[in-house]
Amino acid sequence: MNAQNHDHDHQTVPSDPTLRVKALESLLTEKGYVDPAALDALIDRFETKVGPRNGAKVVARAWADPAFKQRLLADAPAAIAELGFAPFEHEQIVALENTPAVHNMVVCTLCSCYPWALLGLPPVWYKSTPYRSRAVIDPRGVLREFGLELDEQVEVRVWDSTAEVRYVVIPERPAGTDSLSEDELAELVTRDSMVGVAKAGGQA
Amino acid sequence: MNGVHDMGGMHGMGPIQHEKNEPVFHHEWEGRVYAMNTALMAFHKWTLDAWRHHIEVIPPADYLRMSYYEKWLDAMERRVAQYGFVTPEELQNGKASPGSAKATPALTVAMARAHGRNLPSSNDPSIKPLFHIGQRVRARNINPAGHTRLPRYARGKTGEIIRDHGVHDFADTSAAGLGPRRQHLYSVRFTARELWGEAASPRDTIHVDLWDDYLELA
Repeated sequence: MNAQNHDHDHQTVPSDPTLRVKALESLLTEKGYVDPAALDALIDRFETKVGPRNGAKVVARAWADPAFKQRLLADAPAAIAELGFAPFEHEQIVALENTPAVHNMVVCTLCSCYPWALLGLPPVWYKSTPYRSRAVIDPRGVLREFGLELDEQVEVRVWDSTAEVRYVVIPERPAGTDSLSEDELAELVTRDSMVGVAKAGGQA
Repeated sequence: MNGVHDMGGMHGMGPIQHEKNEPVFHHEWEGRVYAMNTALMAFHKWTLDAWRHHIEVIPPADYLRMSYYEKWLDAMERRVAQYGFVTPEELQNGKASPGSAKATPALTVAMARAHGRNLPSSNDPSIKPLFHIGQRVRARNINPAGHTRLPRYARGKTGEIIRDHGVHDFADTSAAGLGPRRQHLYSVRFTARELWGEAASPRDTIHVDLWDDYLELA
């Protein structure tokens, strides 16, 4: 690494992050602060174990089992634990139910707070300045940009994740899905629908 | 701090770029940055609130230009030097200086994985709430230069407490190294019209999680 990387006046063009990161990892490993195997394990957790599919299973159970849905709305961490997912780390999670009359959507205007333990790492758009700046002042415009046009009569509730409480949306169960199994229902639950920027049954 | 990170309500940031089938990490280095940031939390030298503040102090033009994990990397390089994990010289050379102090104990996989568990419960009857559900409250008009989680768009605005989340570390003092000053945290509901004026939908509401210290009776 050369001095340019560390002057932190941010006036210079940043060097290749790949090289900066390799150098930092090598140094921190040499000093005992990181361990490449530990880093691999942390990355693997979000690449293969924790992601939107976990949330989709919770939503599908809520659709299939009204008593579970009530428990989920009353005490989400306990209800989610029923499905065998690992204990939530620093996440106190609250489930919000979308209905024909009420549409919930979640944002973190200040950074990138998101229910990581249930949905995995947030997508880039969630962490981006356009979403963070506009979700609170123009939620209906944001939803239109996602292809969701809500009737004026629908109440939009935006949740800004300003503390350590995390919010997950239970989207409406799509019509005509009465005969589907819980696994088939889970296939309809998209990440975006659990953030509240889409209905279930669509893409992503 | 009244930084550019506090962007709720700003205009002009452009359209939302939605990527289909987005990978968890777009580059291998992003995963390493994510994992190193998480692993270093195991040494308990800074709180998550302080961690967030290290990102907020990136100068505004850079904050807006950098990608998400570039911001993490920038903050991490400053943080490991600031907290004495590495010397500026080591950071520059990319090698440990002979005889320099090392982590004791060295990080293990188990330590890295244990991060974040065993945080104090939000159920603490010894700390009484100052407000209750249904009460009308005003978010204080404060402008601290340090870390705060009271967004500018809510300051001075009146809302209603709709949920008591129990007892939580107070972000402002926790970030500043002044201790957790645990207190009740509430979900406060503001009407869109209270926040944004008469042009906003009469039906819509915005909910912000706010601590006792941010609130006063309306």
